[in-house]
Amino acid sequence: MLVIRRDLVDAMVAHARRDHPDEACGVIAGPYGSDRPERFIEMENAERSPTFYRFDAAEQLKVWREMDANDEVPVVIYHSHTATEAYPSRTDISFAGEPDAHYVLVSTRDPIEHELRSYRIVDGVVTEEPVKIIES
Amino acid sequence: MAVTVSIPTILRTHTGGEKSVSANGATLAEVIDDLENNHGGLKARLVKEGALHRFVNVYVNDEDVRFAGGLEAAVKDGDNVTILPAVAGG
Repeated sequence: MLVIRRDLVDAMVAHARRDHPDEACGVIAGPYGSDRPERFIEMENAERSPTFYRFDAAEQLKVWREMDANDEVPVVIYHSHTATEAYPSRTDISFAGEPDAHYVLVSTRDPIEHELRSYRIVDGVVTEEPVKIIES
Repeated sequence: MAVTVSIPTILRTHTGGEKSVSANGATLAEVIDDLENNHGGLKARLVKEGALHRFVNVYVNDEDVRFAGGLEAAVKDGDNVTILPAVAGG
């Protein structure tokens, strides 16, 4: 289960809406071993595409180094789908390289109601998990 | 020439859980071959058909090796090689 504060959910949805129709992506870091997302980090989608996303490699190195220095890990890795449901695509599954992360998908295909779901992706196997939002 | 290689979580099964290991070589390709000798299975996770796999980012110090010659990127004594899973999808 992903337990996450309301303001962090709102921040992911706001980022996804802002970048729509391109996919938005980012990370929420949290203390190592806590499984608690805390620090919201919007990332550049180097692809600037409505169907693909990729963290900019230089920005990713910088952010991963910061997390290392703070004893943090990427607790949540999120991105948006702008025309399809909030379910991992084949490319999402083939690239998923953080077995301990919660992969959060936000769909902005409906202009009013968003859809937000969370998954573990390990060795090509997708497992959906419940999302518990706590008031911040 | 000895370099330090940072290993991401997903590849630590090949290094007995070690977060960073040392390796020798004058180019990234030689470093990866040396890694493979000591940590079997790593090379296949990094290299495909003679080029770096698109699922990983490799940096020498702060430089993305895709812009520094890829597998032929030169490394020198004391360099830090960082491997990160590329974060991407559709």
